[in-house]
Parts: sequence; structure tokens; C-alpha cells
Amino acid sequence: MINFQYARASDVADAVRMIAADPAAKFIAGGTNLIDLMKEDVERPTRLIDISRLPLKSVEETAYGGLRIGALVPNSDLAYHPLVAQRYPLLASAILAGASQQLRNMASTGGNLLQRTRCAYFYDTATPCNKREPGSGCSAHNGLNRMHAILGTSESCIATHPSDMCVALAALDATVHVAGPAGERAIAFADFHRLPGTTPQRDTNLQPDEIVTAVELPARGFAKNYSYLKIRDRLSYAFALVSVAATIELDGDTIKEARLALGGVAHKPWRDAGAEAALRGQTANPTTFAHAADLLLRDAKGFTHNAFKIELARKVIVRTLTQAARGTPQSQSNKKIR
Amino acid sequence: MALARKRATDEPNQVPDKIAISLTVNGVERQLDVAPWTTLLDVLRDHLDLTGTKKGCDHGQCGACTVLVDGRRINSCLTLAVMKDGAKITTIEGLATDGVLHPLQQAFIDHDAFQCGYCTPGQICSALGLIAEGKAKTADEIRELMSGNICRCGAYPNIVAAIRQVMGQS
Repeated sequence: MINFQYARASDVADAVRMIAADPAAKFIAGGTNLIDLMKEDVERPTRLIDISRLPLKSVEETAYGGLRIGALVPNSDLAYHPLVAQRYPLLASAILAGASQQLRNMASTGGNLLQRTRCAYFYDTATPCNKREPGSGCSAHNGLNRMHAILGTSESCIATHPSDMCVALAALDATVHVAGPAGERAIAFADFHRLPGTTPQRDTNLQPDEIVTAVELPARGFAKNYSYLKIRDRLSYAFALVSVAATIELDGDTIKEARLALGGVAHKPWRDAGAEAALRGQTANPTTFAHAADLLLRDAKGFTHNAFKIELARKVIVRTLTQAARGTPQSQSNKKIR
Repeated sequence: MALARKRATDEPNQVPDKIAISLTVNGVERQLDVAPWTTLLDVLRDHLDLTGTKKGCDHGQCGACTVLVDGRRINSCLTLAVMKDGAKITTIEGLATDGVLHPLQQAFIDHDAFQCGYCTPGQICSALGLIAEGKAKTADEIRELMSGNICRCGAYPNIVAAIRQVMGQS
């Protein structure tokens, strides 16, 4: 870790002023990812701006029947918040599928959105990585890429976004509220994270002088028919090989609306409008679900070690939609998959 | 490959002044001057000689450094001490009272819930946090919510049994 200066922001405007004045500075809140990356010499900010004491820690109901979640609400508090547990159990489930309780106690809502890939080459400063060192090359393409993406990859980067929480937020059509020198703006969740393209160093569309202030959930929570199923190399405290967040609104056996978001397969939580449209108006059964999975995975591309993810994703999509349709969401403590 | 950015091996940035902070550690208020990059773990071990809290991976993956900050369990290796100015810290050294072991400490002995013991302070502090959270009711839930604490000796069944004893389930 390089030496750095430390300063505390007194309010959001102060934080924006401080980051605009020092391009080599970074915000720190929970610190669970940033401090790790600084220890690895991947992140080298010369100043940390502590935003952990800003008043962004409340969960409030909105005028539209949704929830506004302050950017500094810890992941564990959010998962256990009564309104989240009741109205948005998909979000609670996804949060509890990620990290450990210690990390969830530390990690903030905004920081979860901004966490960086766990691609081993991104972490290893001895190897080329276009995300860490633009133009240096991608070591994962022909390297150990078992954990890597199968959708939306580019020549530059095949890294995945590591968050579970964000997969649920994508399925729920959340909105990210940010503040910057020009004022506040709202970013649809689908537009917040980016695909790697030729600029994998940019994970999100947040500008360097902007700060996340809140995440807003719309009124619809799909509390009745949902599931979050995460497949990983050990049963807890591991990143996803494939995860699926599914929500369904049923009229008898007919699907009125369904949402599907995938984690562990792309540079951002993956949604596919075509696959969701194919579910609408159909009977909720494995044939319908498999058809949607085929559509979603039609352009999936495997690399040396991760081609298995394509068939795995197909099966996890079908199973998660089945769990959602039955109203028997995956438990995050009893790991038996039913 | 041209690496334009500053590397750790380059000349260091100008060293900032140390920052005065106050921590209440196991009920005792401590005034400290710390560099911004000093972790809470290093403050406990190197500045306060509280070496019960262990440095395992130093990356938040093993849980050996688990302590409670304002009653919540966290990884002290991923926590900057300056950010916890004014906080109340509980470490393994703060659990026994008047020479009597905390029930969790006694339960770990009763159930032989360790072999080498290196992960044990983190396991016990994590279990203290788990019980305070009140979310784990079943053995499955205890296992899930203790998954941030790795035991390479594999004492997991006995750790769960020890925690269940303190929760009144055995």
C-alpha cells in the first residue's frame, strides 16, 4: 500500500468538491474492496476521502410506493431491514448470498455497486490486464478463465462483475441516484454498469467527480414469486460461477411478467429483454423456461476453462424460474436446491 | 509494457502527519497517533500489544482478525483505524471478566472447538456478533453466518456445537 493522505467529508457537497479538486483521490466508505486492492497495489490513491460519516444511512419509503436506500446503508442492515425483507425478499436473499457477515456489516450499498472484478489477473500486478493497465493486454483470454464471462465479452476483457446484490437490483429495475459538481442525476440500473468494450478500465458510467447518494427501488417487489439461486465452488462465502435472480407475476399458470438477471456471466448484471418477452403470456413450465434460457444464452461464448458455464446457466435459469413460479425461493442457509 | 503509474517501489509520496484518534478498547479509552494507512488490526497488535486478534490472510478472507466495532463484528484487517475514531472496540482480551471466561470461551473448551487455536479469537468474536445479531436460529443458519471464519484444522462441527451451547440449543 502506498502512503496516502486522509480527509473526512462533512457533507455530500463537500465530498464532491474534494474529489473534483484531486483526481488521484478516492472515496472510502466500507473499504472492504478498496483497502484490499490498495494492499495489492492495484489501487493507488494518494488521498482517501472518508465519506463513511455522511448522512446517507436511512431507508425511506418514497412517494411512489418504493424505497430509497441511502448509499451508506450497510449490506447486512439492508438485507435485514423489515421493508426489504417483506417487500423485496429477492434483494434480501441476494445480499445474504454474498460475502460473509463481517463484510456485509462493513460494506455499503454504494460501495457494493462500485466493487471491482475479482479476476485474478486484475489483482496480479505482474501480469497484463487492460482493466488495470489499459493497453497492456488481457491475460485471462488465454489464461485461467474458469470464473470468467460468457456474455458481452470483448477482445479487451472477459472479467465478471462480482456482486450478488446488483443482480437483484438489476432484476428489480432499481435507479441509482448520484451527485456531482453539476448537481444530481438518476441513472437506470441497466445503464449504471458497462460492458468492457475497448474501455474495460471503466466499470460504470459514474463520472470520476460524482458520488452515489442512494439506490431507489420502484414499488413492484415481486415478493410472492421470486428466487435467487447462486452456484459456486463452495456452499458459502464464494463468488458465483453462475447466479440467477428471477421474478414472476402469475395469472393462474400464465406468466404475466417475468424478469431474469444473471450474475457471474458478464461484466455487468445481465438482463435480456428478448428472453423476458418470450416468457410473457406463456404457461409457467420447464419447457417455457428452457426456451427463455436458450434465447438468453444464444450468443454465449465460452473460453478455455469456462464453457461449462453455458450449460450451467441454462439449468440454473430453468431451476430458478421454477422456484419462483412455485413460490419456493432458494434458502440461503439450507443450501439444498429444490 | 510502459507503466506510467506510480508503483509501491517508487519514492513514497510525502508522508502525511499522523492523526490523533481515540478508541475505547475493551472498555479502556486509548489516545493514539496513527498513520492513515494503519489498519485497526495493526493498531491492536502493534500499538496496543493486544495480540489475541490474529492476522491470517490480511485480506478479509479468513476471519482471524474479527473484532466487534460498536457491537458489530467486522474484519479489522480491512478497517482503517482513522475511520473508527471514537468507536468502541471489543477484542478477545475483553471477553473474560474478573478471571472468569466468557461463556463462549468456556464452550469452545467444553466442545474442543479448536486444534491449533489460531482462528479461535476470530471465531469467538464472530460468534459473539452472531448471537447479538439474533438471526441464526438453526445449525444451518449458524454455519452460514459463521462462513466468514475459516478453520484450517477443520473444527467446524465442534465450533457449531459450542455456539449452540451458548445459544441454549444443546
